[in-house]
Amino acid sequence: MYVVVIGAGEVGTSIAASLASDHEVVVVDVDPDRAEQLKYELDVLTIAGDGTSSEIQTAADVGRADMVIACTDNDQTNLVACGTAKTLGGGFTIARVKSTDFLRTWQGSEGAFGVDFMVCTDLLTAENIVRVIGLPAAVDVDPFAGGLVQMAEFEIAEDSPVAGQTVSEADRFESLTFVGMFRDGEMIIPRGDTDIAVGDRAVVIGSPESVQSFATDVAPETTPDDADDIVIVGGSEIGYQTARLLEERELQPRVIEKDRDRARWLAEQLPKSVVMEHDATDAEFLTRENVDDADIVVTALGSDEQNLLVSVLVKRLGVDRVIAVVDSPDYVTVFEEIGIDIAINPRTVTAEEITRFTYESVAENIAVLENDQAEVLELELTEGCGLVGRPISEIVADSDVRFVIGAITREHQLVTPRGDTVLRPGDHVILLVESDSVSEITSMA
Amino acid sequence: MSWGVNWKASVGLLGVGIKYLALTMLVPLIVAVVYGEDIWVFLVSLAVVAALGLAVERVDPEPDLGPREALLFVSLAWLAAAAIGTVPYLLAGYGTSSTVGLQTGSFAAFTGSIVNALFESMSGFTTTGATVLGAISTDQHSHALLMWRQLTQWLGGMGIIVLMIAILPEVAVNGAQLMESEAPGPELQKLTPRIAETARALWLIYFGFTVLLAALLYALHLLGMAPNMDLYNAVAHGFTTLPTGGFSPQADSIGAFSAAVQWVVIPFMVVAGVNFALFWHVLRGEAEVMLENAEFRVYAGALAVVTAVLAVLLFRGAAPPIELGGTTQGVAGNSLRQAAFQIGSLLNSTGYATADFAQWDTHAQIFLLFAMFIGGSAGSTGGGVKIVRWIIVAKAIRRELFTSAHPDVVQPVRLSGSVVDEDAIRGIMAFTLLYVVLFALSAVFIALDTTRVGIQLSVLESISASLATIGNIGPGFGRLGPFGSYLFFPDTSKLLMIFLMWIGRLEIVPVLAVFISAVDSR
Repeated sequence: MYVVVIGAGEVGTSIAASLASDHEVVVVDVDPDRAEQLKYELDVLTIAGDGTSSEIQTAADVGRADMVIACTDNDQTNLVACGTAKTLGGGFTIARVKSTDFLRTWQGSEGAFGVDFMVCTDLLTAENIVRVIGLPAAVDVDPFAGGLVQMAEFEIAEDSPVAGQTVSEADRFESLTFVGMFRDGEMIIPRGDTDIAVGDRAVVIGSPESVQSFATDVAPETTPDDADDIVIVGGSEIGYQTARLLEERELQPRVIEKDRDRARWLAEQLPKSVVMEHDATDAEFLTRENVDDADIVVTALGSDEQNLLVSVLVKRLGVDRVIAVVDSPDYVTVFEEIGIDIAINPRTVTAEEITRFTYESVAENIAVLENDQAEVLELELTEGCGLVGRPISEIVADSDVRFVIGAITREHQLVTPRGDTVLRPGDHVILLVESDSVSEITSMA
Repeated sequence: MSWGVNWKASVGLLGVGIKYLALTMLVPLIVAVVYGEDIWVFLVSLAVVAALGLAVERVDPEPDLGPREALLFVSLAWLAAAAIGTVPYLLAGYGTSSTVGLQTGSFAAFTGSIVNALFESMSGFTTTGATVLGAISTDQHSHALLMWRQLTQWLGGMGIIVLMIAILPEVAVNGAQLMESEAPGPELQKLTPRIAETARALWLIYFGFTVLLAALLYALHLLGMAPNMDLYNAVAHGFTTLPTGGFSPQADSIGAFSAAVQWVVIPFMVVAGVNFALFWHVLRGEAEVMLENAEFRVYAGALAVVTAVLAVLLFRGAAPPIELGGTTQGVAGNSLRQAAFQIGSLLNSTGYATADFAQWDTHAQIFLLFAMFIGGSAGSTGGGVKIVRWIIVAKAIRRELFTSAHPDVVQPVRLSGSVVDEDAIRGIMAFTLLYVVLFALSAVFIALDTTRVGIQLSVLESISASLATIGNIGPGFGRLGPFGSYLFFPDTSKLLMIFLMWIGRLEIVPVLAVFISAVDSR
């Protein structure tokens, strides 16, 4: 592939680095020194100049590009760069944005701003944090369809209430599908009457909320519920999005924010959370409000230094799990070494998300399960492909491939698949398939 | 005397209002013609009022109102409406034994008759329903005069100014400010971009319900289920149910009619206490707006709970054995009907009655007093503090208690899911406090004033006199019961009650704001 990366910050550099070995990569950056430096660090071509100008984009031969990735630190720059690239006939465009506002606009109309795929750093980070908080019992969790759908794999523990139930008893959630089970290393396609035994690994696909509810059923001890105290320190965009997503999962976090106006805004936006206006580095305040008894603390303040200070402070006060947002990738290991349970770097998360797109496959998104026995794929259906226009039950009956459709998204809405659901072109289908049959499935899409 | 207000503009616009108010006297005039009664009373009244309007209009032919002028105009308009409303009472009763007729025997009799007429008229326009009319019957008064009394309540119900905005383009220009001052409830809900269309929509809904009720009542008569509910009575009660008024041309109020009539009136009284804007949403096919409205839910819930408790009290024998409308002790049907009717009538400030609840035992009476305090919904025609204010006050107090234990917590007050502005909360707290203070001071004043002239008033009577007038409810307890009268009060108390009805209808703020700005500018 020929890939043009606009913006050579941490995100851009890390994307370019992971692509450089297999693809032709051109990096554009406005800073000539940075461009010069990168030329030696990575095996890529660099161009110095404004990535939004058609002159520079023409110099980067965007018209020939299979993919254009705009990942500067500025939302508007990224959107304009994608728009320019589309005008010049550049291939698939990916924009990195911080504002969830742009994301909503883009979700509202496919291809808005000339962007084919949009990655919202803060939201993505928040989704990551919420996955870590919400599903500690899961062996594996992966988001699909831009976060609308989640795949999770759970190991059924001895004390799990689900053990001994049949699949139809356990799967009591409207928007959840039981797609597969692994028993003694063998994959089973579950039927309604399949029994769930201790030690089984169950794979479910559904809305993040229903996966969360299912996790509560599978592992009531470890999965947080509304009795658990989750404290988010810092009402930054990441902190806000994290609280919002937790609220969607029926959890009631507490948010600490120092700025009066921001605290008021947060309190208005987050009806189920408790917002406190105070400096979180005040140990006396933390004890007074029993933050030391919290089950989980997330630090999402403006700077790494503050996050480090608060993380260490609450860890010393006796908090079980501390999750820190770390802006600089270099500090991630430092945080984890001094005892912070999980350090999440927004730029790494973004770079990973964008890199996933560059896999050369019809499948947009892949998760590999159980030593590559099975894969969960997200396919975008094209006009006239083998899966379109027929009810799912018919497709399954006609095919000798073992696969289960877990979820469908249609125009950014989740559709729960049933036997009589008819697939349409443009639908995104998230399905589980045996690894041997992946090529057969992708050839049908 | 400038008062910091361009009073000429307010008065000029007032002239326009008075001019058109004269036209409403055509309704009783037609009644007089139909019943072959004296038409001169209303012809003269119409001419006098129209002439007055045309004269006052000339103070400022091109009125342009700012916020202060709007407040002054609204306050004056209601005072003027009440003053104009007295003209037919005074003229018709002149030289007769009517308590509201003009008396010229002595100076005391002269002022007394004017105070009485003003009381009756203010009670009408503010939809209070308290009366000083000695004998309520068509033997004593003409059909036309009693219909005028009903009509004043209907005009006052949805608001005379809202009506003016709906039909008069010269008023509609300043409509939003005017409506804000008059509409019951803490904030103005604009349903359409144009204020005149909003006003028209509200009046059409109001008109529609009125016609529906009158038609249903008359249908009952034609079906033989309500022998004395003739066309006159059907229209008369249509006029006073929807505005939560409570006047009736019958001395026994709705108690004079059959149980079927009472059952029909109950849902319409309930409707009158609902925010009319919600019906507008229902008509547009958005019924969920109504069902999700926090105030509507509390209103419906309060009605159901209070009615159920009262029905039990009545079933167990809270009312005297021989009771108008049927014995309730041990009779479930009657208990439920009486409870539903009295609560439907008092909770949202209508003031009809089918039983003399002043005769009930103290448990039931105190319970009714509590119901009177609740009031209707914002944007309804009901009086009182309004349910939405109580909800917000309760939530704000709960927040205060919570934040005193957790001083760092930031917690907005929410209503139906949306955040209530802090300024609005402050305004609502101030209003509620002012309301309670005025109510309490007035109760004390009334008790002392009656003692001064040698009338012994019970605590319940003086409390209910104050509450029934400031809340625009009407009937109180004891001698002020639904079949009693306010006639025996001294003129000073009556004047205070007139004031209470006035500021109660305008929700205190416009009137007091005018006074404050007058004092401040000196």
